[in-house]
Amino acid sequence: MSLDDRTSAPAVATGRSNSVARFWNLFRSEIRVLFRRGRTIAMLAALAAVPVLIAIAIRLSSSGGGGGGGPAFLARITENGLFVSLTGLAVAIPLFLPLTVGVVAGDTIAGEANLGTLRYLLISPAGRIRLLLVKFAGAAVFCAAATLVIVLAGAAIGAALFPIGPVTLLSGDTVGIGDYAIRALLMAAYVTISMLGLSAIGLFISTLTTVPVGAMATTVVLAALAQILGAIPQLDWLHPFLFSDRWLGFADIMRQPIAWQSFQDNTLTQAVYIVVFGGAAMLRFRSKDVLS
Amino acid sequence: MLLGLTSATSGRIQLLGQAMPAHLSDILPAVGALVEGPAFYPFLSGRANLHRLDSADPGGRAETRRARVSDALDRVGLGHAADKRAHAYSLGMKQRLGLAGALLTPRRLLILDEPSNGLDPQGTREVRSLITSLAHDGTTVFVSSHLLSEIEQMCTHAAVMSAGRMVASGRLDDLRGAAASRVVVTTPDVEEARQVLERLGVSTDAMAPSIDQVAGAVTEASAEAERIVAELVAAGVCVRGFEVARTSLEDRFVALTGEGFDVAR
Repeated sequence: MSLDDRTSAPAVATGRSNSVARFWNLFRSEIRVLFRRGRTIAMLAALAAVPVLIAIAIRLSSSGGGGGGGPAFLARITENGLFVSLTGLAVAIPLFLPLTVGVVAGDTIAGEANLGTLRYLLISPAGRIRLLLVKFAGAAVFCAAATLVIVLAGAAIGAALFPIGPVTLLSGDTVGIGDYAIRALLMAAYVTISMLGLSAIGLFISTLTTVPVGAMATTVVLAALAQILGAIPQLDWLHPFLFSDRWLGFADIMRQPIAWQSFQDNTLTQAVYIVVFGGAAMLRFRSKDVLS
Repeated sequence: MLLGLTSATSGRIQLLGQAMPAHLSDILPAVGALVEGPAFYPFLSGRANLHRLDSADPGGRAETRRARVSDALDRVGLGHAADKRAHAYSLGMKQRLGLAGALLTPRRLLILDEPSNGLDPQGTREVRSLITSLAHDGTTVFVSSHLLSEIEQMCTHAAVMSAGRMVASGRLDDLRGAAASRVVVTTPDVEEARQVLERLGVSTDAMAPSIDQVAGAVTEASAEAERIVAELVAAGVCVRGFEVARTSLEDRFVALTGEGFDVAR
């Protein structure tokens, strides 16, 4: 903490610092508060447990032969431990990941309001729009951390329990571990971006209430609802507009050449959600009376 | 509303000579406040909470933050508990931590809502002397409180609000002085004392606080306290006690805002 404080010294050169420096000042504080919180650590640990449990379960049953079914990439794990990360992502994306992202995003403003710290941040004055931007950036950092935790925990447990080696991609090509590592990071980026739309929705809902649990639950329910709608074939005209529609498209990065189209489409979808719900959150929060 | 947390339905607000909320970001760094009780992240230590608060403040220079946080904690006597988590703090400690938060940077104005709420007598006294010393150093301190004795001990000026309107304001002495002061005589010779007081222009109460007392209001027309005592003694009244009670702020407050539980309903 002390180190951070000192390195940020030039940020506030005069009493009235510029906006960017103030953003970073508050952002660093936000990250510290977020990751010093027991709940955040517990959620990351739970996410790390997903690939670990998968790997252990497969290791214990692999002698028995195993077989079809189960989530994507499951069958390949015994050949190459590096696939544990992918399986972990595929398992976590529909439920666990949105759940944790919903908790963090739903807590952003409503949590501060509930503690009463919101009024103190505002009279500091942190600046309402700046606070929203910082909160969204904090949620985005959590998305990235959550995804990376799954990927890294998966790679670690995979390497520990299974043979690892050159990876055979979905397209049939084989790439070295270095190439795979880059692809794994790209997948982590893809999944992180996938969660940003949901984060923006959570941020908006969070500005509507002072009850953080309500905002969290609503956000998670919306994530589930989007996926249910996405599973109904009769609604396929609606599917491209759902923020969850391309969540599982991260597997396209495991093709040679990489299918960038889904990366772009996903980024575009999420960007639209960020603009719409981020804008709504700003409009709402700018004029909101903070009484609690 | 003063601090830009809620918007006003009508009227204009000026804080430190500038319009609010138009100049909010210019004014608020110079204002420290305690609003509706202190609030903290329960999972962070007192020190970390102040760090967090300071990083939101544009006037909070990062390079001096550690020193300023420590100073503020020492000022409110929380140095020993600075690294405990805030949820382990007692109500009084939270209150003091809240005060520390308002003192992180030099302020021109402090707005404190019930600053001694939840404090034990020592804490109340400490907070009072802290506030007095801050005021002495040139910071304007605006306290809102229901504890009128606190106000009497701390403040130079006061204003009385009733149902959202200011019904009186001014120097504390003027505010109290607007009503006449009272004398209370403790004596076994109640009847004689009453006659003397009446003769000197004091309108005595029908009911005294106690059976061996006579009380009455002193007005401009009546004699001064010294003469009253002399006359009482001269008249052969045994004076066991004599008190000039200035109108308390409480009496004045009740006179201004009404009596009973259903005031301002």
